[in-house]
Amino acid sequence: MTAVTDTSRSASNKPSFVVCEGNEAAAIGVGLARPDVVAVYPITPQSSLVEHLSQMIADGRLQADLMNVEGEHAVMCGLQGVALAGGRTFTATCGPGLAFMFEPYVRTPGLRLPMVASLVTRDLLTPQCVWGGQQDAMVVREAGWIQMYCETVQEILDSTVMAYKIAEHRDVMLPINVCHDGNYLSFGVTRVEVPDQQDVDEFLGPPNTNWHIALDPLRPMGVDPLTGGAGGAGPRNFVRYRKGQVRGMQNALRVIREVHAAWGERFGRYHAPLVEEYRLDDADYALVTIGSMTGAAKDAIDIARDKGEAVGLIKIKTFRPFPLEAMVAALAKVKRIGVVDRSVSFGWNCGPLYQDTLGAIYHTGRAIPAISFIGGLAGADITVEHFARAIALTREAEWGRISSEPVWLNEND
Amino acid sequence: MHETHEVRIHGRGGQGAVLACSILAQALIDDGKYAVAIPSFGFERRGAPVAAFLRFDSEPIRAMTNVYLPDCVICIDATVPRTVDIFSGMKLGGTVVLTTKEKLEEVKFPDSVSCAGLCDAVGIALSIYRKPVTNAVMLGAFARTTELVTLAALKEAFQQIDLRDAGLTENLSAVERGYNETEVHDLKKVAHAAAVA
Repeated sequence: MTAVTDTSRSASNKPSFVVCEGNEAAAIGVGLARPDVVAVYPITPQSSLVEHLSQMIADGRLQADLMNVEGEHAVMCGLQGVALAGGRTFTATCGPGLAFMFEPYVRTPGLRLPMVASLVTRDLLTPQCVWGGQQDAMVVREAGWIQMYCETVQEILDSTVMAYKIAEHRDVMLPINVCHDGNYLSFGVTRVEVPDQQDVDEFLGPPNTNWHIALDPLRPMGVDPLTGGAGGAGPRNFVRYRKGQVRGMQNALRVIREVHAAWGERFGRYHAPLVEEYRLDDADYALVTIGSMTGAAKDAIDIARDKGEAVGLIKIKTFRPFPLEAMVAALAKVKRIGVVDRSVSFGWNCGPLYQDTLGAIYHTGRAIPAISFIGGLAGADITVEHFARAIALTREAEWGRISSEPVWLNEND
Repeated sequence: MHETHEVRIHGRGGQGAVLACSILAQALIDDGKYAVAIPSFGFERRGAPVAAFLRFDSEPIRAMTNVYLPDCVICIDATVPRTVDIFSGMKLGGTVVLTTKEKLEEVKFPDSVSCAGLCDAVGIALSIYRKPVTNAVMLGAFARTTELVTLAALKEAFQQIDLRDAGLTENLSAVERGYNETEVHDLKKVAHAAAVA
């Protein structure tokens, strides 16, 4: 299960409960992490997250500086300065805002700045649309940021806090995108448990943002040196930077597991850190899902199970770095796979998660037939009925009979 | 055996259908249930038809999807049924809560509806807010018609949210008047009486 509540948790103070939307849950999580500077430029469907944070700062509930800037490019440039000076930062964006942020955004991982930024995922233009979809996050899946995708409103709050501990870990020191689906999760309202501030303070410990790189007049140092090229020490220097970054990503797989386990022990909610297996152990076949679609998918799995179908589910929480080992372990349990993406891979005529799943299947040493399903683009819904269709088609997946085309779940809606 | 109860709220942008949906979720949660509210979405234009969806259950709810087969439809605008099929997908034995000045016999219901709550929410809203903002009134009407949420929990929910436009006193009065001034009709009995006559 996503969040097993364990009453033996060690948190010393009682949590409170609020009924709120996903964007507010993210804002509450940010508040609990006590960033020094928040810079956010509003964009649908992230805007109410900005409003909640602004209100928290205006009310004095969050002691942070709110940096008002003229756009997302300036957001990321400004926050890089804050992080270089040792501050804890937060921002949130999506879709066209993320596109405008791109230039400083792709430099952040190389600078090894442990920032946390929410991506309230939105489909990309064009055609014109303002609704959810994971295309924006998928476009930047090779930008070097860690990406975690939330399933529930509670998981947004919890993951936003955890993200700081992961990003600031000495073996990681990389920025994180906590992704939650625009619309269905950003505006979905339900009850969430808010941990006590003191317990979160103890969980996070002191900020660890400023040991490796610092803009300090008393300790002048070069940041972001010119390197690379084909001569002198350039090639080996550049490789050293890149390898360090890649190693940080791989270390993140271990740190994400550790931090999720520590969160569970303290607060009683054990979210799957990398990959969640749902009713998989005795399954013949399974769906792979990501994000808020997973709830309806689990309902569809239960319905199929009641009819005697040996079907399970694999949910991706951490997509970057790709959790290869956990994914291989899950895939090894089944004979057929259907992958449901909320975005497309333009290069491969399938979903990006499907493409990565094929990569993981290679490492199982078995050829597992797999179908690509694409649904929920630009605000479209993926219902229990859509998943029932995906389950029925996956059940029949066989080599030689799999179409090279993806199945577009909302094509006839 | 638990069963998820699904509600769809219809209205027009600016009337507070989405807010009403989340207040109702808050009230149901205060009553000890699990609830999820999800707004449908578009460019938020005033006056454009909007819908909001709510699920509640005695067990946790996982599906974060829209509602297509509602057990109950709340329509907080008197004109939106002219452009939107508010009864679409309604489950058999369903309940509707309508803002209307019409009498029961003047309203057409599909066979799927077996219970109707009628409330002149526009009239009540105009007398309280001097604006036809019907969301709070219609939450009271929903409580009266369905008895699925208590009036006390609804009032408590209003005290927990940040109100932007109207004051708490006005809203509490709106909820209460919606509750008190809603006529609830069992359509099966009405149909049976008509058949006997």
